[in-house]
Amino acid sequence: MQCCVCKEKPATVHLTQIVGDKMQKLDLCEDCAKAKGVNDPTSFAMADLMLGLGASQEIESVAAGLELKCPRCGFSQADFKKSGRLGCPECYRTFAEGLAGLLKSMHKGTRHVGKAPEALRQSRDTVDRLKTLQKKLTKAVEEENYEAAAALRDEIKLLGGGTAAKSR
Amino acid sequence: MKDILAFLCSPSDSTHRHGPHDRIVMSSRVRLARNLRDHAFPGWAKKPERVKVLDLAMPAVCSMPEMADSFAEAMDNLTALDKQLLVERHLISREHAAKNVGSGLVINRTETFSVMINEEDHLRMQALRPGFQTREAWQAIDKLDSALEKKLSFAFDNELGYLTACPTNLGTGIRVSAMLHLPGLVLNEQINPIIQSVNKLGLAVRGLYGEGTEALGNVFQVSNQMTLGESETVIVERLEKVLAQIIEHEENSRQTLLEKKPKVVFNHIGRAYGVLANAHSISSKETMNLLSFLRLGVDMELFPGTDRSLVDELFLITQPAHLQKQVSDKLTAEERDLIRADMLRERLKTVNRPLVKNPPPPGTN
Repeated sequence: MQCCVCKEKPATVHLTQIVGDKMQKLDLCEDCAKAKGVNDPTSFAMADLMLGLGASQEIESVAAGLELKCPRCGFSQADFKKSGRLGCPECYRTFAEGLAGLLKSMHKGTRHVGKAPEALRQSRDTVDRLKTLQKKLTKAVEEENYEAAAALRDEIKLLGGGTAAKSR
Repeated sequence: MKDILAFLCSPSDSTHRHGPHDRIVMSSRVRLARNLRDHAFPGWAKKPERVKVLDLAMPAVCSMPEMADSFAEAMDNLTALDKQLLVERHLISREHAAKNVGSGLVINRTETFSVMINEEDHLRMQALRPGFQTREAWQAIDKLDSALEKKLSFAFDNELGYLTACPTNLGTGIRVSAMLHLPGLVLNEQINPIIQSVNKLGLAVRGLYGEGTEALGNVFQVSNQMTLGESETVIVERLEKVLAQIIEHEENSRQTLLEKKPKVVFNHIGRAYGVLANAHSISSKETMNLLSFLRLGVDMELFPGTDRSLVDELFLITQPAHLQKQVSDKLTAEERDLIRADMLRERLKTVNRPLVKNPPPPGTN
């Protein structure tokens, strides 16, 4: 098994962390384990390590001249590596791809459940409702149940669907 | 410059507030992280933008009915000593104490709400309650947040929830925490397994001043770590369940200690009393660790006529900034140790030596 950081030396340090019902595994060579400060398995957070992993991919992309920058605030992935914090709310969209794995490893889920600002709450409910209806519609069409499909289509129209369902 | 000490409750008043289970749960708090939609997060924003956010957020926060009578100030208008005082009161974080231009704070008079502006996020608002009242704290801060969102437009995404500077706070932006006094579990050497099992549940256990601090005086903070993928109520309820279990374990540990190792317990309490009531020089750290045993002694009814709030008050006023605030000259650490010892001897003059209780005869219980 190869080390998942340097992808060169054989992995001799194997880490498993269980958070809730999720299991994460990392296989590191001795040098990389040392470099990441994994001497005492109890004192490190897997998330920190994962952060570093994303960063090493980012270094490659910098070399290739592809460094991602937030169009709104100019924050780059290298800045994230340095501080572990983002530049502005828009950064979540800019770095969505790189963040997905990180969020998965640090939280219970990747979709927000819970409070929303009241002004958005209604539209949020509508989006949820539309998603369910769209699914039902697809299923109805597949089953060639056109009567139900027509009813669903009308209901989606009524909710202002089609457009709203796509813009999340 | 406004005087923060004059505004805050006196240490005696603030430690006389009671709440459910306060012999173990010293206080509960719920914090929400919020950011304004069209501005860079404080750590990345340049000074003019931070000042702008402060100018937007401060009046909005002050206009809330909960904050009608409040202390509102820019951080650069506070002295280092005042900031330290606020940290000792757990009203601001150590990180916020290091802030200057472009950051601010609003605290209401009863110290039940504290809002930090431009800490790690544009807004870090927290509700504080004495004792085990995490649910009440959540309800209070939820209400403040709902009122505030009418004045400020928060950065929110349908998928990701409230957007925060650090991805670890994303989603609900909630941190529910309780400060626990756990001398029984420490003496009974049960604290490490407890911490480990609490960690396994995705909760963090930290020291007295939060992240990266020691558990001085056997005081631990337990809080949630995950903020995305679960609702606030689910997070609050899980913490409540875990806290209830920790309380039970602490009570059991105290009971077990009294039955199995009464001499160990009485020795700790007696020595703590001896040193605190007779020392002529004592450090802040030693004071906290000994006051913890004095508090345990009060809980075990070894000091009849002494209220727990006296111990809690001493715990607060013997900390460096509180101590410095009581004298006009700038003190060195050594001078503080002398004054601290004088103060402890004076305040403990009326407290009698701990009772000597005989261990219960075997077969009882």
